[in-house]
Amino acid sequence: MPVPPPPTRPVPPPPTPRAFPEAARDAVRDTTLRANLRHATHTIRDKRARAVAELEDWQRLREAGKRIKDHTLRHLDRYLEQLEAAATAAGATVHWAADADEANRIVTGLVKATGEREVVKVKSMATQEIGLNEALAAEGIHAYETDLAELIVQLGDDRPSHILVPAIHRNRAEIRAIFRERMGRWGRPAPDDLTDEPADLAEAARLHLREKFLRAKVAISGANFMVAETGTLVVLESEGNGRMCLTLPETLISVVGIEKTVPTWRDLEVFLQTLPRSSTAERMNPYTSMWTGTSDDDGPRTFHLVLLDNGRTDALADDIGRQALRCIRCSACLNVCPVYERAGGHAYGSVYPGPIGAILTPQLRGTTSEIDASLPYASSLCGACYDVCPVAIDIPEVLVHLRERVADQGGRGHRAEKAVMRAASWVMDHPAALAAGERAAARTRALHPGRPPGAGAWTESRDLPPLPAQPFRDWWKKNRT
Amino acid sequence: MRVALFVTCVNDAVYPATGIATVKLLERLGVEVHFPPGQTCCGQPMFNTGYRHETEPLVRRMARVFAGYDHIVTPSGSCAAMIRDNYPRIARKAAAEGGDPELTEAAQALAPRTYELTEFLVDVLGVIDVGAFFPHTVTYHPSCHGARLLGLGDRPRRLLAAVKGLELRELPGAEECCGFGGTFALKNPDVSAAMGTDKVRNALATGAEVLCGADNSCLMHIGGILHRQDAPTRALHLAEILLSTEAEPHV
Ligand code: SF4
Repeated sequence: MPVPPPPTRPVPPPPTPRAFPEAARDAVRDTTLRANLRHATHTIRDKRARAVAELEDWQRLREAGKRIKDHTLRHLDRYLEQLEAAATAAGATVHWAADADEANRIVTGLVKATGEREVVKVKSMATQEIGLNEALAAEGIHAYETDLAELIVQLGDDRPSHILVPAIHRNRAEIRAIFRERMGRWGRPAPDDLTDEPADLAEAARLHLREKFLRAKVAISGANFMVAETGTLVVLESEGNGRMCLTLPETLISVVGIEKTVPTWRDLEVFLQTLPRSSTAERMNPYTSMWTGTSDDDGPRTFHLVLLDNGRTDALADDIGRQALRCIRCSACLNVCPVYERAGGHAYGSVYPGPIGAILTPQLRGTTSEIDASLPYASSLCGACYDVCPVAIDIPEVLVHLRERVADQGGRGHRAEKAVMRAASWVMDHPAALAAGERAAARTRALHPGRPPGAGAWTESRDLPPLPAQPFRDWWKKNRT
Repeated sequence: MRVALFVTCVNDAVYPATGIATVKLLERLGVEVHFPPGQTCCGQPMFNTGYRHETEPLVRRMARVFAGYDHIVTPSGSCAAMIRDNYPRIARKAAAEGGDPELTEAAQALAPRTYELTEFLVDVLGVIDVGAFFPHTVTYHPSCHGARLLGLGDRPRRLLAAVKGLELRELPGAEECCGFGGTFALKNPDVSAAMGTDKVRNALATGAEVLCGADNSCLMHIGGILHRQDAPTRALHLAEILLSTEAEPHV
């Protein structure tokens, strides 16, 4: 099989994200997407609930995970230094990246120094967050995603829409079509008689990817955890592709957010129980790979660890918002979120969709763009996400906290809204004014139709209730005083 | 036992029947109910939209108005949750910004004495059978704030199950949000309507005549969709069902 030429044209940047309500509108009307999402999220949420119910001490594990993360975040400077020292002693080279540009510069430089034109990747959200594939492509280096779902997304020129199941918005028929049309462009084509049976699809992907693994000299990975005491990195995965990535190539570059640190091996005990159950509803994930520096007779000869900040220290400085950094990316909150289920992952305009994305993205990127300012409002505050979160992130609390930030900065719609809220607050602090308003409304109630003009979006699909003849306070006055 | 009714702004202006039912029901159970007229709104719409400072005067007002009562009872799960969960948060944030001891006091004074109606009936009065008669099929929608923040659990269902003549039907996907969410319904109208439509589909699948809940905000949203669809099911607050008796049936 000939080596495909590296792409000469950079991958097109994702479309400029629109504010959440507009992006969500299209998703709500896409019936295939809604059916795919509904089926997938309901299946996994039921399985998760069963897997979690098996553990009597779930709430204590949850509390333990929360405490370990909180403690680590409070002393993150200390643990990061410990991690750097231990990793370096084990043969790793540690790099610090303040933002996406710096991280991309470091990684592209490292790959170019090897002389290679292609790399294999194991699913890493951090590299998606910084747009590494695009940065590599701009330098003529092609990055092959090796996680099955990532492969589907990449072949389809698509964007991931879920933390754990990036192609959750696709069904089997769509995946078959993508494999048939696109695989041949990048390597071994899909067989002519490919069906949409999961086993057939997986086999086609396996054969396609195997070639990549055996040829690649450079791999790029993320990590679920970094253990400060030994400088060890940990990846949990289901397919084994990650392990191929981590062990076969000569050079391994891991890009990891600084918040993934835990102090000791013992701390892993908690997360190795809570993460698989919360994410894939498995008692234990099939592959847990751990690597510490380099070793002479096995695995990569060179190992680089890029520690990524990219907004994390800003989030750390916010005493309510910082709890988002406890996230272990299990995606349980996405699978129970009624808003995610209808709006789809792409509406969030970020690699972190769903409830965690709605609080993490505006903290990492700020709230000045239209999409980032709309994310804290992309929730009905129902609290289902908080209930399932294995590290007890109070997502509704952070959402409201971030709404305050957005409202304070003014901007589209918020100046007028503030005036309305001020006025409402004044009326509510003056009961006589409130009562007069209610009475006026009651007297003119025949004039209020069920679909009054100005109620706008509300009345597109809902009727408003008729106003009563008298408000409660007047009934009370007449009947009880 | 001095018991004050916090009727909430939505019930006062739009659903007085719920407030009236709450008063009559509690009186039937031997409670002397007071209605402090200085009450208005708990501030939930403002706070949840990001206007914490605009909420502060209302926290102080609530504390002033309800001072001196042993219990504050409200037929709204989300307003009870606002007082119990968010008033302490508002006070903490104000304290972090330089401090307002009056707010901390206000929050502390209110939170432990505030009860949602079904909590008050079951936990304080200790009744399950309130002597109601309601010969209809009913399905119950547990609103998110009542179910998740207050932890109402099976209290509403137990109260309903004890109503004579009432046939309770399980709502599929009951614990899923109906999509109201206060200003969420206005800021994200399409997602909100999609959620509400799914809730209504589930309610209609039960074939129940009445969908009941303990929060009129959610019922306004669900009922608005039912009404628009000319559906055979109507939305009704639980207090109005519990008030209904053979002698004085609820219409
Ligand atoms: S916020 Fe919690 S539930 Fe959501 S992905 Fe992170 S750890 Fe999982």
